[in-house]
Amino acid sequence: MAILSVSKLTKTFGGLTAVSDINIEIERGELVGLIGPNGAGKTTVFNLLTGIYPPTSGHIILNHDGNQKQLGGLRPDMISKAGLARTFQNIRLFRELSVLDNVRIAMHQNISYGLLSAFLHLPSYVREEKRVLDESLKLLDIFDLTSKQDEMANNLPYGEQRRLEIIRALATNPELLLLDEPAAGMNPAETAQLTSTIAQIREQFGLTILLIEHDMSVVMTICERIYVMDYGKLIAHGTPNEIKSNPRVIEAYLGEDVNNA
Amino acid sequence: MDTATKAVGTNFFNRPTVRKLLILIAIYIVVQVLIWTDILSAYLQVTLITICINIILAVGLNLITGFTGQFSLGHAGFMSIGAYTCALITMRMPTIWGFLIGIVAAIILAGIVGLIVGLPTLRLRGDYLAIATLGFAEIIRIIFVNLDITNGAAGLSGIPQFVNWPWMFFFTAGTVMLVSNFLKSTHGRACVSIREDEIAAETMGVATTKYKVTAFIIGSCFAGMAGALYASYFYVIKPEFFGFMKSIDILIIVVFGGLGSLSGSVLAAVVLAIISTLLQSFADLRMVLYALLLIVIMIFRPQGLMGSKEVSVAMLKKVGKSLSFKKKERG
Repeated sequence: MAILSVSKLTKTFGGLTAVSDINIEIERGELVGLIGPNGAGKTTVFNLLTGIYPPTSGHIILNHDGNQKQLGGLRPDMISKAGLARTFQNIRLFRELSVLDNVRIAMHQNISYGLLSAFLHLPSYVREEKRVLDESLKLLDIFDLTSKQDEMANNLPYGEQRRLEIIRALATNPELLLLDEPAAGMNPAETAQLTSTIAQIREQFGLTILLIEHDMSVVMTICERIYVMDYGKLIAHGTPNEIKSNPRVIEAYLGEDVNNA
Repeated sequence: MDTATKAVGTNFFNRPTVRKLLILIAIYIVVQVLIWTDILSAYLQVTLITICINIILAVGLNLITGFTGQFSLGHAGFMSIGAYTCALITMRMPTIWGFLIGIVAAIILAGIVGLIVGLPTLRLRGDYLAIATLGFAEIIRIIFVNLDITNGAAGLSGIPQFVNWPWMFFFTAGTVMLVSNFLKSTHGRACVSIREDEIAAETMGVATTKYKVTAFIIGSCFAGMAGALYASYFYVIKPEFFGFMKSIDILIIVVFGGLGSLSGSVLAAVVLAIISTLLQSFADLRMVLYALLLIVIMIFRPQGLMGSKEVSVAMLKKVGKSLSFKKKERG
């Protein structure tokens, strides 16, 4: 059974249809790409999946431990608890907070002590905070950011901010990870490193990943299947090789009838 | 953040807590000795109580505005609810138990009104929220002007006095400790994440509305408590004490100390009281000079005295080092 099945997903803003009739199926453990020219509606799909916008119509169903959960219309924090995490195209870290606090905030939903314990620092607070600190440091360690734990997120170099966004998403303990242009603004060496990191975290955390990316070297190397969007619609879907030779995809990217241009 | 605050000890009485308690006891003893030896005159003792009430108010408002990022202009409204609640109860039950029941009732009632006000208004952002909270505070004030039980615009007088320096210290230190503890918890971090980036916060699983309302209620509860202490110290309360200007006064302390710094709020409450006392001799020009001083300070330190930093042992060491370094340079 697919971990995520999206059917007939549509979003209109007033008279403008940003996304129409999208169908996506992702199997557990898959790494799927979502590509398309600028303004095709890819990020809108992510915003619909994570509850930032409510869908106008259509269904989003997350299968988690045999339970089916309808995500359409839920609040973002509920969707996060259901097991879906994301990064943002324009980095959205908690800029004035430390690297460590950025990670700890993402663990919020898995911390059980109540307000009383927070006010009085009761034993349950001490125990849980110690666990959170240990787990956060472990995550930072995997991404070589342990030495920067006290640094303000805003002061990290660009590549590390991107990495911290991925760590923060992982800290919510997701089943399905959505990455919105993780390689944007990176040089080829950084991109190559990122590609291997994505493959590595997928193995290590048993994740399913859906990724938006413009850098074809990333998409074609690591994605098993690719969905292509243009003008808010899905225009193609298949393996990287099928997509490369699909005439509709070439048309969307390079324009109609290249030879006559 | 220094390593001492981050390392959470495994035993209940971890060291930072013990150290904080020792500092608090030291402050208490020093002030108590100053009172006994009459160095703090009766007049200055009134200032001292005012400082403590302002600290409680500012710390509560800082939690709402500085840490959670929700701009509220109605803090005095919650203070008035606490003041009237405690006054009405202690006037009918003029015992220490009446006072304690009054304080608890003041906190609970202010919290309930905080919930009622917060739920609809906290969906608004920025300026709109500020105007909505301002409106609610005015409504509360008008209600007190028109009710019979609160004796209208003349207010209540002859409220039994129970608050003295030990009580005041207990409640002020308690407020600062509780809020400081709260901010170091996952619930406090959730509040701060809303200020930093609301969309990122909710995407990371923080129920943003719940935490905005929680911070608002906690701030309101402490404002209610401050009001109760005010009523029980100053005998007299009138609706006009809790108008728009009182809310602004509290906001000034918070902004002046630094949005998002508890020690900043404490420091600002003390510094502003000192400035205000020193200006007493200028009579007519007092408010003009006070305003001018505020403008000058905000021009040179727009982020407030402390910015969003807290006073820590590491920071004091740093300051100490740079001072001794300057001395050496001169010598």
